[in-house]
Amino acid sequence: MAKLLEVKELQTHFSTRGGVVRAVDGVSWDIEEGETVALVGESGCGKSVTALSIMRLVSQPAGRVVGGHIGFKGRDLLTLGEEEMRRVRGREIGMIFQEPMTSLNPVLTIGRQLTEGLEIHLGMSHGDAQRRATELLGMVGIPDPARRLAQYPHQFSGGMRQRMMIAMALACDPALVLADEPTTALDVTIQAQILELMKDLSRRLGVAMLIITHNLGVVARYADRVNVMYAGRIIERGTARELYGSPRHPYTLGLLRSVPRLDEPRRARLAPIEGQPPDLTRLPPGCAFAPRCAFRVDRCAHEVPPLEPVEGPGHVSACWESARLHQRDHEPAR
Amino acid sequence: MSPRAEGATATAGSAPGTGDVLLEVRDLVKHFNVGGGMFGGRAGTVRAVDGISFALRRGETLGLVGESGCGKTTTGRCILQLERQTSGQVIFEGRELGALTDAELRPMRRRMQVIFQDPYASLNPRMTVGQILAEPLAVHGVVQDRGARRARVRDLLTRVGLLPQHADRYPHQMSGGQRQRVGIARALAVEPSLIVCDEPVSALDVSIQAQIINLLEDLQAEMGLTYLFIAHDLAVVRHISDRVAVMYLGKIVEIADRQELYDNPLHPYTKALLAAVPIPDPALEAQRTRSVLVGEVPSPLNPPSGCVFHPRCPIAIDRCRGEIPPLREVTPGHWAACLLA
Repeated sequence: MAKLLEVKELQTHFSTRGGVVRAVDGVSWDIEEGETVALVGESGCGKSVTALSIMRLVSQPAGRVVGGHIGFKGRDLLTLGEEEMRRVRGREIGMIFQEPMTSLNPVLTIGRQLTEGLEIHLGMSHGDAQRRATELLGMVGIPDPARRLAQYPHQFSGGMRQRMMIAMALACDPALVLADEPTTALDVTIQAQILELMKDLSRRLGVAMLIITHNLGVVARYADRVNVMYAGRIIERGTARELYGSPRHPYTLGLLRSVPRLDEPRRARLAPIEGQPPDLTRLPPGCAFAPRCAFRVDRCAHEVPPLEPVEGPGHVSACWESARLHQRDHEPAR
Repeated sequence: MSPRAEGATATAGSAPGTGDVLLEVRDLVKHFNVGGGMFGGRAGTVRAVDGISFALRRGETLGLVGESGCGKTTTGRCILQLERQTSGQVIFEGRELGALTDAELRPMRRRMQVIFQDPYASLNPRMTVGQILAEPLAVHGVVQDRGARRARVRDLLTRVGLLPQHADRYPHQMSGGQRQRVGIARALAVEPSLIVCDEPVSALDVSIQAQIINLLEDLQAEMGLTYLFIAHDLAVVRHISDRVAVMYLGKIVEIADRQELYDNPLHPYTKALLAAVPIPDPALEAQRTRSVLVGEVPSPLNPPSGCVFHPRCPIAIDRCRGEIPPLREVTPGHWAACLLA
């Protein structure tokens, strides 16, 4: 399949009083047409800033993309003019955010918020846009769509608002949707509904999807490939099966082991990752994860490990000791 | 006359056997009156907690799970008497808290503490960690002498895995996990017997959650603490709880020992909740057929008739619309509120 989006050596920095924060520090990854890719990591790892960089929505002047390329349909999004970029946002790349209440306009009707994009981006007449909006609400499973169009966001429940966000993201038939923690604010039964809906729509419409999340469980079912980020870098990438079946970076392994799981017998004690997430203004010279790592060797303190293939063509890990993790696969993990 | 004497009879939702009961909740109801909008109009009643009963033994952890709006947090607040109940009883260390005046409650508050979800919002940003921890010691007169208070603060900090020098820091200078440790130290300061943990790890990063859960377990073992652990994460609740109660729209729909509840759920809502939890294993997920629960939680302003779960229930029958299912003991210690269980 053809590459739809190709991020190369992206670097996004923020200037703060404490110094320069290298929020995204040279990451490269891609999405093929129709594929679902996940960006997983904890708060501050740079996953959301990566998405904002793609959309060129990093808040300036504090934040700035200082290097790299973002190839999308044969263009570099980082060099597009503001006018052209506006046509990409919402039309060619849709967005779904975590908190639907804060990303919808409370004083505009649901209908107006859906038709605005259709009229601006696709030049539809008001009547056509209205008909398309009704169809979109129906498509995302909102009952009685024609009546719902006249309502305001506060009249929708959390799950309904997230359905509405999905409808907005898909309105202009984009090739790619960026979903930043799309279900984190939702209850578990509603989360399941929304994820199934997103999966179904992406298959049916052939839309590629980037899911940004901290929840490893969400990713297992819905992503084809997974990128794990730590301190602004990708530290492991593979298919969902490779990553969950034989993680080859100590951080990925630690994340998988630290969560209690319902499909396994209860463990007497959880195995946390010790220590604290790093301060991005004072990163250690070597591997950023080294201070918390159980596999640390001398080299890790001063040499940054490159992202290198471990097995299979697409499984890569940035760890000097990744081979040792491989041998551990069959030890009693828990 | 102690209310404990009559509490010897089995409360609905109580565990088998007779442990030393620390807390008993009987038919607890909390309704909130809401206005009908700008002009006062028609007012409604939110039935946040609608008649729940359970008991907690000393040293035990009871998990309280449910989705947002099910009443789990309000239950915790009523137990702590941060909200006064509409009706029903909260019997803690043998005293009915609803019958006490504010002045009488004060010494009881020392015995029951709370850990909140957001450690940042629940710590005063203008106080150092040392001041935050010394305050309850002074207010409750636990440690009168200033020097002794400082020593106690250092002791508390080491107990929760922080360093004595953290006493001079402000909350914003600490990470989320460290702030939650401060919140735990503050709760421990006044030597409580019961701690209500209201979503204590859900705001923390995954790698930190396990650290905090292990800490809570260690402290419980060392100090004989009793926890009411309120959370929405079913895997975390299974890990930490001895027994688990599931709430839906202000009611307990099922309560049982941890292992029993997860291995053999009886209520269709519990089953649906368990089925909705994603599993971090693509191979397993691929085999799983996901039966997604339809619809959303109805408004507690106007709950459905009969069984409140019937509009979303995959196995509901006609009777469920008219009859309120009582919480009954289906097998010893396993209670469920379903006509078909």
